Amino acid sequence: MITLLVNGESHQVDLPPDMPLLWALRDVLGLTGTKFGCGIAQCGACTVHVAGEAVRSCLLPLASVSGRPITTIEAIGATANGAKVQKAWLDTEVVQCGYCQSGQIMSATALLDRVPQPTDADIDTAMAGNICRCGTYVRIRKAIHNASQA
Amino acid sequence: MNAIAPGTSRRALLKGGAAAGGGLLLGMFLPGLARVAVAQDAGGPSGSGGPGTAAAGFAPNAYIRIDPAGAVTLIMPDTESGQGIWTSTAMLLAEELEVGMDQVKLQAAPPDNKLYASPLLGEQATGGSASTRADWIPLRKAGAAARTMLIQAAAQRWSVDPATCQASKAMVTHAESGRSLSYGELADEAGRQPVPKDVKLKDPATFRLIGTPQKRLDTPAKVNGTAVFGIDMKLPGLKIGTVSASPVRGGRLVSINEAAARSVPGVQDVVRLDDAYAVIGDHMWAAKMGLQAAAPVWDDGPNAGVSSASLTQALDAASRGDGVVAKQKGDPASAIKSAAKSIDVVYELPFLSHAPMEPINTTIHVRPDGADLWVGTQVPVRALMAVAHETGLPPEKIQVHNQIMGGAFGRRLDVDSITQAARIARHLDYPVKLIWTREEDIQHDLFRPFYYDRISAGLDAGGNIVGWTHKVTGSSVMARWAPPGMKEGGRLDPDAVEGAAETPYDLPAHRVEYVRAEPQGLTTAWWRGVGPTHNVFVVESVMDELASAAGKDPVSFRRGLLGHNPRALAVLDLAVSKSGWNQSLPHGRGRGVALQFAFGSYVAAVLDAEVAADGTVRIHRADVAVDCGPVVNPDTIRAQLEGGLIFGLTMALYSEITLSNGRVDQSNFHDYRMMRINEAPVVEVHVVDNPAGSIGGIGETGTAIAAPALANAIFAASGRRLRRIPFATGQLASA
Amino acid sequence: MRMILKAGVAVAALGFGAAAAMPASAQSDLVKRGEYLTRAADCQACHSAAGGGAFAGGRAFTLPMGVLYSPNITPDAETGIGRYTDDEFVRVLHSGVARGGKHLYPAMPYNSYTLMTRDDALAIKAYLFSLPAVHATAPANRMSFPYNIRAVMIGWNLLNNPDHRFTPDANATPERNRGAYLVEALGHCAQCHTPRTATQGLDTARAYAGAVQQGWNAYNLTSDAAHGLKNWSDAALEQYLSTGHADGHGPASGPMAEAVQYSLHYLTPSDIHAMVVYLRGIPAQPDGPEAPLPVVASQSNPDPGRQLFAEACAGCHLPSGEGRQSAWASLRGDHSLGDPSATNMLQVLAHGSQIQTDQGLMFMHAFTRAYTDPELAEMANYAITQFGGRQGDVTAQQVKAVRDAAEKPEKIGSGS
Repeated sequence: MITLLVNGESHQVDLPPDMPLLWALRDVLGLTGTKFGCGIAQCGACTVHVAGEAVRSCLLPLASVSGRPITTIEAIGATANGAKVQKAWLDTEVVQCGYCQSGQIMSATALLDRVPQPTDADIDTAMAGNICRCGTYVRIRKAIHNASQA
Repeated sequence: MNAIAPGTSRRALLKGGAAAGGGLLLGMFLPGLARVAVAQDAGGPSGSGGPGTAAAGFAPNAYIRIDPAGAVTLIMPDTESGQGIWTSTAMLLAEELEVGMDQVKLQAAPPDNKLYASPLLGEQATGGSASTRADWIPLRKAGAAARTMLIQAAAQRWSVDPATCQASKAMVTHAESGRSLSYGELADEAGRQPVPKDVKLKDPATFRLIGTPQKRLDTPAKVNGTAVFGIDMKLPGLKIGTVSASPVRGGRLVSINEAAARSVPGVQDVVRLDDAYAVIGDHMWAAKMGLQAAAPVWDDGPNAGVSSASLTQALDAASRGDGVVAKQKGDPASAIKSAAKSIDVVYELPFLSHAPMEPINTTIHVRPDGADLWVGTQVPVRALMAVAHETGLPPEKIQVHNQIMGGAFGRRLDVDSITQAARIARHLDYPVKLIWTREEDIQHDLFRPFYYDRISAGLDAGGNIVGWTHKVTGSSVMARWAPPGMKEGGRLDPDAVEGAAETPYDLPAHRVEYVRAEPQGLTTAWWRGVGPTHNVFVVESVMDELASAAGKDPVSFRRGLLGHNPRALAVLDLAVSKSGWNQSLPHGRGRGVALQFAFGSYVAAVLDAEVAADGTVRIHRADVAVDCGPVVNPDTIRAQLEGGLIFGLTMALYSEITLSNGRVDQSNFHDYRMMRINEAPVVEVHVVDNPAGSIGGIGETGTAIAAPALANAIFAASGRRLRRIPFATGQLASA
Repeated sequence: MRMILKAGVAVAALGFGAAAAMPASAQSDLVKRGEYLTRAADCQACHSAAGGGAFAGGRAFTLPMGVLYSPNITPDAETGIGRYTDDEFVRVLHSGVARGGKHLYPAMPYNSYTLMTRDDALAIKAYLFSLPAVHATAPANRMSFPYNIRAVMIGWNLLNNPDHRFTPDANATPERNRGAYLVEALGHCAQCHTPRTATQGLDTARAYAGAVQQGWNAYNLTSDAAHGLKNWSDAALEQYLSTGHADGHGPASGPMAEAVQYSLHYLTPSDIHAMVVYLRGIPAQPDGPEAPLPVVASQSNPDPGRQLFAEACAGCHLPSGEGRQSAWASLRGDHSLGDPSATNMLQVLAHGSQIQTDQGLMFMHAFTRAYTDPELAEMANYAITQFGGRQGDVTAQQVKAVRDAAEKPEKIGSGS
């Protein structure tokens, strides 16, 4: 049994230790806000926070997160920076198809947690791992700046 | 509040409309056509004309439902894949219906060509940047008709002249008597009103929504994880599977180690097809591990020897033959022969994968007496018919629950994955969600055709164009996807020459030919920007080559050919003036310009790009000007041009599908590269205010303009002319 | 060692050809011991090709003198070793001479296996003969002159193959002797980690000083502090050998990842410990790239390599290089970060790397298809500077050479 602490709730799951967290979240716990995009940590759609750090859940074995606090897009709005980022995303009308945006928001929130007033270069580095096929990058940058002013 | 309701089934919709006291279901129609009863069976694709052909007649449409409790539901004839069409469509309806954007709920239309065929595309499909152009008049009329009937109902109840009543925010008010009734209270009576023959549309001066930025209705759920994409379906008893198809098209599955797959914990089923197999489990990880454990052995079949080299050779050979003539004006060949200067060049554009962020997935439940399909598709009727075809079930026994899409870009105009899912689900007695891995998604995509273009042009001694010939060689998507759209007895694909046969310019002698050449073992498909993404790159690059040969500034060279075309001239001038065209740039940087008329819209772009000594390209800024006539949601226009441009720049720099030994070489984002935020330029979009102009499409315009503007900027920065996409493959490094 | 010697004596007592007549349990013990030894000698990695059967051969080796393909060593009579007698088999391992007198090329490490006991060799044979026969002919070798003349190997052997068995050091502990046998005879570690002479023999004077083999840097295993293993704890070395990574030393990749996956991973903790004890005693040689400096990654480096790293690498390795996805993704202390020319990093970028572990498959894809040579050079230099504390000097030309070799692996030595 593996203990998953997700969004403040504890779950005991009987799953393979090498199973990536992404599939436990989506297919077992039903938290489908975290998306599958590539499965090789190249696109960032599966980004969640483990102990406050933005990580790619598609390659993160359950064994390595057992008992550690995990936050997903479903609960990030309950944090101050998460709420700011979500609001900035809507105010700036960032979203197009929206599929990558869970991951973008998780990465952006982790950035603001670490760097409250990020520069363009900070944003580029923090967000370069998150692909947006619709090309919303121009607005993502704007929205992060807006959120940091909020 | 503004929640997007789950996709309604056709049955539920009809029931809601038909039930006594169930409110008002308005089947809308256009002048000259009688109201047609809602068809009782969904029927197949209408086949009445392909894309680009104006449909001879419009089918009645059902867009509005108001229940007695006052809930206003708008049925969306177009599918939402991120382009914002649900908000724009809702604006058209809400404007004339006189409801607030905060008062509507949106539902995906069920598959029904009779109700929801696009008048531009001839069937219920979302593509070709056609939605707003197709909806602009009919949906406003639908809203206005509904409003008229609601007002009539209120006037009747109050026994007053309808002209003395006003509608606003889902209420009808009689100002004189101070009475008002909500749309909900009027719904039943409105349903009994005669449908007005000629509805009067609002004076654009009184628009309160159209032309004013409106917040998108689909986005709040997309920032908090609650939006449900096809891949997010949850159903009782649902299991999850993944699929592997023969790595070589036309190959066959010889054997798999089914026992090994079944021994993976969590695996429930293994399904073998002749060209693929699926492993189904409790979760995707079990399915994926099972898929690997099955260790398939394939018979590669007749296409095992196909490679990029063999395909390009075949195109080169085909391009030497005569094509079907798409455009003939004057005698360009003779003019070029006697020209003072001439160029004769080949442009190559690669096969492209769509790679939407949401990988291909289908949720399906096939039962002996019916089937349900949950999928994000641009073609719901085709999806339904695919399931009917594979299961043998009558179409009316199949429910399609269309979902919002995590990107489509033309990929979801095809239903190959739905056909495959139906073939698999026939063997299962429970609902299954079949998800393609990203590797499967890229390697089994239906690719944008490889185009091989030969182009010649000549200049006189004064640097004026005297002749231009352009021969396009490549696969025809139209011939497969919409044969009625073919011209010249099925030989000319109008999409393959769109942007080449008609350019914004006044060329004195001009010939365009098309040679159809299908790649061995590959099926080609629509890809964002379709014909223009290909042809505008070639035409605008050659235009730049000619300007350079003539020793003229690329902008003034183009301006000289646009005297007849004021809208094109205006967007060109706007983009150029915003870009600071005449201001100098540091060494290694340059500006490139491109102009297009495509999808009914005029677009010009100026890109400022830098080419480093080692060949690395960095794009600093893009100024894009657009004239699409009337503007529905200005912010969506900006968003589509920003995003479309980045989509096109990704292609120009990085995108290429290649094959070796019949297999696709690329498989995921580590080798099919996407532009990322740190590479994205500043993009400024400048929208021309032209409410009187004809309305144009937007979704693909930014993609088509990107590559030529970048190629021309690279030329300006480095003196290197790139005639082969993608650019960032060492082409510049050898300088 | 003692246990194995005892078992060996027992087998010898039964005489040649007696294996088939042994009681089933003894036979199965022999096969089991052979399996362990086959793994310790890492036969499978070289004698299997991607997509082919285990031990069925066909893997290409590009050497300075041409391209070699490993033969089929399953018991198939026609294409494998099914007709080998015990003597013939032992002769291959000890002298590099195949059945019929054909001289092998020293891609087969018989100048290490020559140290193996006859009993161990026969246990390996018993194990290989217990496997299913696979009918598979390896492609013909393509060697350049004069190496295409096999008789040349006779002279080579005189120079480079000592052709003698392992002799325990009477002054050493049994544990150290066991480690020596594992390292020198079975593990044939010197084949990669000891520099070669002009004739491609092992330069025993510089034993384990590190060498570049098939484009990969096999690092210095001597007791040198800056270049070798002196700063590794026993626990780290043991962890690295058994799992393919060590905290603070990064992951094994490329050929070393294979050695761990197919061989070292299966060795008992006591055998791994014995190897470490032996490695500790190898005299220091200050050769090859130095280990990286213990740096704390700074976030202020604005070069383009940083952005590229953020795009393509940080998903697994994290912006700090510490790796969050798995312990195998931690770059901290990885020896390749101390190598300013990034030999192994470029190999990983061009070929990818993977290792099957107890926690699943750890993999990295190749990145050469999507990224240009200048970009990959920037990426590598950034990683060396940021995480290795040294100045990388990787050029686009170096990347191109590695890319070209990866895309046309058989270009070298096209003579036949």
